[in-house]
Amino acid sequence: MICDSCGHKQATVHLTEIVDDQTKELHLCEECAREKGALMGQQFGLADLLASLVGIESEPITKGEKGAKCPNCKMAYNDFRKYGRLGCGDCYVAFKDSLTPLLKKIHGSTQHVGRVPTRGVKTTMKARTELQELQMRLQKAIEMEEFEEAARIRDEIKNYEKKLKGK
Amino acid sequence: MKLNDLLNQKSEGLKGTGPNSDIVISSRIRLARNLEKLSFSHWADEKEQGEVLTKVESAINESNYLKGSLFLKMREMSNIDKQFLVERHLISREHATGSDHKGVMISDKEIVSIMINEEDHLRLQVIQSGFNLAEARLLTDRIESELESHLNFAFSSNWGYLTACPTNVGTGMRASVMLHLPALVMTNQISKVLQAIAKLSLTTRGLFGEGTEAKGNFFQISNQISLGRLEIEIIDNIERVIKQVMEYEQSARNNLLTHNKDLIEDRVWRAYGILKGVRIISSNETIDLLSSVRLGVDIGLLKDIDRGMVNELFILTQPAHLQKIEGKALTADKRDVKRAELIRKKLNM
Repeated sequence: MICDSCGHKQATVHLTEIVDDQTKELHLCEECAREKGALMGQQFGLADLLASLVGIESEPITKGEKGAKCPNCKMAYNDFRKYGRLGCGDCYVAFKDSLTPLLKKIHGSTQHVGRVPTRGVKTTMKARTELQELQMRLQKAIEMEEFEEAARIRDEIKNYEKKLKGK
Repeated sequence: MKLNDLLNQKSEGLKGTGPNSDIVISSRIRLARNLEKLSFSHWADEKEQGEVLTKVESAINESNYLKGSLFLKMREMSNIDKQFLVERHLISREHATGSDHKGVMISDKEIVSIMINEEDHLRLQVIQSGFNLAEARLLTDRIESELESHLNFAFSSNWGYLTACPTNVGTGMRASVMLHLPALVMTNQISKVLQAIAKLSLTTRGLFGEGTEAKGNFFQISNQISLGRLEIEIIDNIERVIKQVMEYEQSARNNLLTHNKDLIEDRVWRAYGILKGVRIISSNETIDLLSSVRLGVDIGLLKDIDRGMVNELFILTQPAHLQKIEGKALTADKRDVKRAELIRKKLNM
C-alpha cells in the first residue's frame, strides 16, 4: 500500500476512524506519519472520539450552564465540548447538570463505589467501601469453593462490623 | 538506573512466565490520579505543570517501593529515547510529543511506571507477566497508599477520583490483559469473540495501544466502565471474560492440531525458517512471523526456544530499539538489515 500523503513510499501506519458507523482510513509511510505526529493528535484526538462515543456535540447544553464557567480553573462548558476534557476537579461540580447524563451514558452510573483516599475522607465512607470489598471477596471465595478463605473473610467482616458499631 | 540499562534488562511484561503464559502475555492495572486544586495537565499553565512534576517527584522519592527508580523529564530526552519508551509501552504516544513538564518514572524491571502530566497528573501502571491481575492490583494499592501519604488526590464522594476525561472518573482504574490469539484468528472466529466482548462493556485494542489494528494476533482487553463498580468487581468481570476467551483459543488450537496439523506445522516451521535465514525484514513482517514462532513455542512444536526471548524480540526489533542497540540513527532501509541480523543472532544462539 502506498502512502496517502507523499504518494510514493510504502504505507506502514494505518489509522482508522469510525464516526457514525462510517469508517475513514488513512495510510501513511513512517516518515509522513512522524511529520504529521502533532497534527494527528488533533485530528484523531480524544475529543473527537468522546464526542462520537457519547454524542456530546449533539447534546443540547443545559440552559443554566450555557455560559457556565468553573470558578476554580475558569474553563467554560464550551471548552469541555471542544477538548473533551475537563479543566480541574471543580469542573465536575460546575458542570454537574450536563455531566450527570453524560456519566450515566458512559458508565451506567453516577455514584462512585470503591477505593477512597486514606486522607481527608470521612471514616464511615472508607469503612463502607472496605466492607463492600470484603463482601465481594467472600462471595468470590464461596463461588470458587475456597471455603477456608471464605471463613477467614467472614470473620474479618464480623470483626469489622463490631468495630464500626463500637465507634 | 539509567535509561540505557533498560535495553539489557528483561522487563516483567515480557518474561513469558506466570499463570496461563501460553496465551496471556501480561496483565496490567492503570490508575488515573490528579492532584487536588490544580488544573488538569492540558488546562494547566507552565507553573502548575511544574508544581505537579516537582510534587510527584518528591512523593516518589519518599516511597519505599519506588525509591531509586529511574526518573526522566521528557524535555531532556531525545526523540529516539522517547520512541524507545513508547515501544516498551512505558509511555503513551501522546506523552512522547510536547516537551512541557512531562515526566516518567520507571521502577526496577519496569514493573511500575508513572507518567506525570499526561492526560492526568499521574498515570500509575503496574504490570505482571501472565494472567495475574490480582497481583498487579495488590502492588498498585501498596504504591498508591505510599504516594497518598504525600499527595492529596482530587476526589469527590459522588464521582470518586476526578479525572480529566469523564470516561476514567470513579475508580480511575483500567485493568487490562494482553492475549495472543493466533488460533482464533486463523479459524476466523476472532470477530465473533470480539463482538461478544464489546457487549460486556469491555474494549479490545491491538498490541500498540489505542487506534491501531491488532498486529501479530495480540489483543488487549480492558474494562470500559470505571464509575459505579468496585475495583474488585471490575477485575472479577474481566477475569471471567478472559478465562472464557482463553478456553476458546485453547480449543481452537486443539482443533487445528487435530484436524489441520500439517497446516499449523507448516506455518510455524516456515516462519521459523525464514527468520533464521532472513537478510532484510520490515517490522510488520517480523511481528507476523514472530507470532507464528510464538505459537510454535506455545503448542510445543519449538521446544528449545524460550518464550521470553520471542517476546523480547517483538520489542527489540522496533525502530527505536534497533537504533539504541546500534547507538546511532538508522534509515528505514538500514534498520531492515539490522533487524534481520538481530533476529538471526537471537534465533541461532
